[in-house]
Amino acid sequence: MTDIAASPPRASRLWRIFKSVGLLRESRIGMFGIFLVLFWIFMAVFADLLPIRDPLAQSGPDLLKPWFSIGADGGNYWLGTDDKGRDILSRLIFGSRLVLFWSAFATIVAYAVGMMMGVAAGYRGGWWDEIISFIGNIFLAFPQMVLYIVILSQLGPQSPVGELLAAQGFDAVWVKGLTIVLAVMFATAPQVARIVRGIVLDLKTRDYVAAAEVRGESPLYIMIVELLPNARGPLIVDACLRLGYVTIAIAALGFLGLGLPPPDPDWGKMISEVRGYGAQASNAMIWPAIAISSLVLGLNLLADALREISLRD
Amino acid sequence: MVTPVLECKDVSISYYTRAGEIPAVYDFNLTVNPGEAVGIVGESGCGKSTVALAIMQYMGKNGAITSGEIKFLGRNMRDMTEEELRKIRGSQIAMVYQEPMASLNPSMLVRDQLIEVPMIHEGIDEAAATKRAIEILDAVRLPDPQRILASYPHQLSGGQQQRVVIAMALLSNPKLLLLDEPTTALDVTVEAGVVELIKDIAKRFGTSMIYISHNLGLILETCDRICVMYSGQSVELGSVKQVFDHMRHPYTRGLFSSIPLPGTDRFSRPLVPIPGQLPLPRDRPTGCTFGPRCTFFEAGRCDLPQHMAPVSGDAGHQVRCVRYDEIDWAAHRPKGLTSEPMKPGKVVLQVRDMKKYYEIRDNSLAAMISGKGVRYVKANEKIDFEAREAETVAIVGESGCGKSTFAKVLMGLEGSTSGEVLINGVDVGKLPVRQRPAGLISSLQIVFQNPFETLNPSHSVGSQIGRVLKKFGVAETRDEIEKKTYELLDLVKLPREFASRKPRQLSGGQKQRIGIARAFGGNASVVVADEPVSALDVSVQAAVTGLLTDIQREKRTTMVFISHDLSVVRYLADRIVVMYLGRIMEQGTTDQVFSPPYHPYTEALLSAVPIADTSIKKKHIVLKGELPSPMNPPPGCPFQTRCPRKIGAICEEELPPVQELAPGHKIMCHLPAEELKAMEPVFQMGSRAEVEAAPSPRKASKAPAKKTVARKAKKPQR
Amino acid sequence: MLILAARRIASMILIMLVISVLLFVFFEGDKLNLAMRVLGPYSPPEGRLQWLAENGYNRPLLVRYFAWLGGFLTGNWNESAQFSAPVYDFLLPRLKNTAILGGLVFLFTVSIALVLGVLSGISEASLRDRSISVLSILTTSIPEFASATFLAAIFVFWLNWLPGSSSFSNGFSWVELVLPVLTLVIYNFGYYTRMTRASMAEVMSSQYVRTAVLKGLPYKRVVLRHALRNALIAPFTVMILQLNYLLSGVVVTEVFFAYDGYGKALYDAAMFGDVYLILAGAMIAVVVAVMSQFISDIGYTYLNPRIRFA
Repeated sequence: MTDIAASPPRASRLWRIFKSVGLLRESRIGMFGIFLVLFWIFMAVFADLLPIRDPLAQSGPDLLKPWFSIGADGGNYWLGTDDKGRDILSRLIFGSRLVLFWSAFATIVAYAVGMMMGVAAGYRGGWWDEIISFIGNIFLAFPQMVLYIVILSQLGPQSPVGELLAAQGFDAVWVKGLTIVLAVMFATAPQVARIVRGIVLDLKTRDYVAAAEVRGESPLYIMIVELLPNARGPLIVDACLRLGYVTIAIAALGFLGLGLPPPDPDWGKMISEVRGYGAQASNAMIWPAIAISSLVLGLNLLADALREISLRD
Repeated sequence: MVTPVLECKDVSISYYTRAGEIPAVYDFNLTVNPGEAVGIVGESGCGKSTVALAIMQYMGKNGAITSGEIKFLGRNMRDMTEEELRKIRGSQIAMVYQEPMASLNPSMLVRDQLIEVPMIHEGIDEAAATKRAIEILDAVRLPDPQRILASYPHQLSGGQQQRVVIAMALLSNPKLLLLDEPTTALDVTVEAGVVELIKDIAKRFGTSMIYISHNLGLILETCDRICVMYSGQSVELGSVKQVFDHMRHPYTRGLFSSIPLPGTDRFSRPLVPIPGQLPLPRDRPTGCTFGPRCTFFEAGRCDLPQHMAPVSGDAGHQVRCVRYDEIDWAAHRPKGLTSEPMKPGKVVLQVRDMKKYYEIRDNSLAAMISGKGVRYVKANEKIDFEAREAETVAIVGESGCGKSTFAKVLMGLEGSTSGEVLINGVDVGKLPVRQRPAGLISSLQIVFQNPFETLNPSHSVGSQIGRVLKKFGVAETRDEIEKKTYELLDLVKLPREFASRKPRQLSGGQKQRIGIARAFGGNASVVVADEPVSALDVSVQAAVTGLLTDIQREKRTTMVFISHDLSVVRYLADRIVVMYLGRIMEQGTTDQVFSPPYHPYTEALLSAVPIADTSIKKKHIVLKGELPSPMNPPPGCPFQTRCPRKIGAICEEELPPVQELAPGHKIMCHLPAEELKAMEPVFQMGSRAEVEAAPSPRKASKAPAKKTVARKAKKPQR
Repeated sequence: MLILAARRIASMILIMLVISVLLFVFFEGDKLNLAMRVLGPYSPPEGRLQWLAENGYNRPLLVRYFAWLGGFLTGNWNESAQFSAPVYDFLLPRLKNTAILGGLVFLFTVSIALVLGVLSGISEASLRDRSISVLSILTTSIPEFASATFLAAIFVFWLNWLPGSSSFSNGFSWVELVLPVLTLVIYNFGYYTRMTRASMAEVMSSQYVRTAVLKGLPYKRVVLRHALRNALIAPFTVMILQLNYLLSGVVVTEVFFAYDGYGKALYDAAMFGDVYLILAGAMIAVVVAVMSQFISDIGYTYLNPRIRFA
């Protein structure tokens, strides 16, 4: 007896990606999220090619100009200028490079570490779990911002870590950036680990894991081949959200003056730089606030739409 | 003429999904008269539970009754307001659900959940309601109602929870009781008690009932009339006698031929699987929904829409088949799953005095004070048996009997505490799977229970089979692996294209076939089958079981078949081991176990299996109480708390001796050998006329269609 | 229950001890660096050595740790280099200010989130549910410094309704609390709302709620008696657990509005390199976080009979 199921033709990878974008299209909100994220990625990638001013060029006569104003050179300042007469639009666009690059980098590092911790703790259990969870709990006990302040205040350029990085040939921006990545990793990896551990604890009771065990597979094989691919759904959603949180955290550090050193345009720092000028600075403060909110909103909406889709299947 | 309690007229029900409208039930007609019990039987997805919820007018957000009338005591419920419906629900129509634990509120006391029913519907005060609750708990035979009232649901066992749900349904003395698979989540011996209670209720309260089940035997036990459903439609309707003895629809016929009956075995009544599989709702054929699987399909007639029509000369019997009158069932001799007895070879698997204890840390205050912080769960005690080449040994028992633990020890997922487990002379009891040499690993493989978990959803079927081949050194190169993979697919009778499919594109039965292919991929000498078909639909089970035994016999593999269902086991096992609370109560050849002398537990277990055959007379034994927890087994004989043949103090104090009553037939019991030998057989074949003449025809039969274990099947306890 | 509490307290103390060791070594392990931090980058090296000797820094690390721990427990948190005052005296009033801010924020956040979350969860996929969901996503996407910017631009610079600084320079004032509280509530309520919604929606589709409906109970009773309690167990515990996320935002908000609280003190200390202040501040944060975790665990056990009577 042969029972042939009516099933769709073999799905190629490309086709599957198309299909999931198609699914996303059903959710208007999700499409808006994708649009926001893609918009900023586009800006970051093509910043050099766009017809905008030099983000670092200062102009003495054009301080804190409102939006849609004309500069001393006759050119437009679409979104106005900051306290040093720099063009806010181009600073936002070039800033998106910084924000996207460092947030994504930090999130990826935190994810890699967190996934390893989580899978090992969840699958191996026992002492592995106790120790990894304990280490995680140590870092989770800190309010994130406190952890950042503790780490960044102590790991300055003169600290052993700072000197070590400088000795590898990294310049000041990279030293600071990598320190921030490190701090984000300490704060975020335990959260990722906790989520992954939970998923793995559930997945490892499945019979296919037992099947792999009874054919003598190594723990590493089981973790990487049998467990992780099945955790990807919830993890992709979480990664989107997590990227949003990290973006906020890095921008908040910039706002507090603990972020990347000047003069690079960092959205958080753009706000704090002009804050002292009071009402005059309203215009200069609002645009970076809108920029960061729109990027994070995009990521959150995307995550929400992805979650809806994964629940539907 | 009496007003029927319930009348469904041309009811159609649909669910609305993103893919569009999916008809779940269509053209459904059913009448329930006062005091009558009607059974609805069918496999998963046939729409039987949807019917129950439609009667309650509770379709959720994405479901709706699209046409027809549902009349309760003559009034169409579809015209009622929400407030009118609310007044009927719980007082006039009550429902009992499949999963008692999930149906009770976890954070409310049983008392509060019970008393609110009469308080809301009848406006009586708390004291009167509490009194009523106690009475009703007593009526459902729950001992110590006061204690039950003061409990939270999780503090009760599954059987007790279901009795509480039944009590809740009976509180306002409803006119109609809907029972949706009320015993599916329970163990067989506990099920028997609940079924008896349900029968008793019908008699005592005169309540009309609709009993929904996939199990024909249960319907036979509890109902007067039966409605068989297939793929959203009723296909046959009639009295229990009409449908069981003179079934007319090919699907009904197929269903009966594919389920094992404990009164018979594979030699006298081979199983006949129904070919193909249940169609998905969106792929239903336009004509007869059973058409594609039907041997009697006739183009031009069967591919037109079919209607229920009365069977001529048989009042009250209806069937949805244009050809019902033309089919000559007497001349129909379908090819069954016949098999010749095999000659067993040398001993392959030997288990000697094996024990497996789990350590449990109890953190409760009481345990800390009494110094019993660490306790042992004796999952396996003194396991002794052997299995030969080409032989099938079945291990049978209810939940907590230790059968799954034994499988884990055998597979090396757990180490034994003491004793020996020899495979071809090598002790593997304490050898974790990672320390086993490759040859040993491939010679000992397993088929898992749950089709939805047995394959990794992320990888293609082919790559999962290929990995096994590579790991076991059966094939090395890409081409070789591909060739072997195809051979294995051929072996389990699946098309070769399946190699590139993902598991979610396969049906449950197909996934189990892949699981079987995987287990036999490395020329295993012992294959453990852990309830391999219990989560499958009845009509698919026979085919998968048949395939499994065919391959095993062809390859002369030793099979250890783990099951909770004696009737299935009778069809495929050469020898049977019956376990209870970690111990072997009885073992012997299949014939020895199925005929007297029995161990009293085996006797009860056999009698608890519902049988879908009116011609079999069965001894009626209902065990009292619940299964004890393996954490806290009773002293002496483990079965003494429920044993109907308990002698006295000796059973409570001493572990019974193992008596060998015939070569290989061992029973662990205090009863003297003569008394055991004097037992009557549980099953007696009788002619139908005989049964009909008997005072209570219903008492006489039972059927197993293996439990389609509640949706996801029980996960192995780890 | 008692055993559980005792066990939890033990593990709580253990984790706090481990963290205190880590923090101590991190900040005071390198004593030359410490001296440089305390005395300033331009202090003469001999002066640093002398300072180390005078203050007992030449004792073994372990001895110094216990001395420091004893000091911390008795309120001797060393002297702030920046403010030339004992850290304890400096930090205490600021902690009080932050407690006021945090308490108000928690109160508002939780009440808004519970109401919106329940309203959203009982009618899953309705227009109301969707609007609340979108609102929550929107507000959680605006970080504190951004919403503070918007609020300041509107209420301070444009409408001139509220003061832009909340430093309490003329004594305590409710008006000055409005913007910091609003800023933090806006960012935080959305997450709690979505959590409450998810939990409520799950419970509303559970089988026991179906049982309650099919028992013929009025809808109000189904929601209030059967659904609500089960639905609130998870959000309640998570909300308390997340107290320390609130504390993260407090730093940014206090800095923005010049609110003289714990967060701003920590920020100033970080800018100045005021080691003792950071160390004490971090320890306090950890104590608060671990305590909240304890309360959340106990609360969960208490609310959930399945665990209470296991």
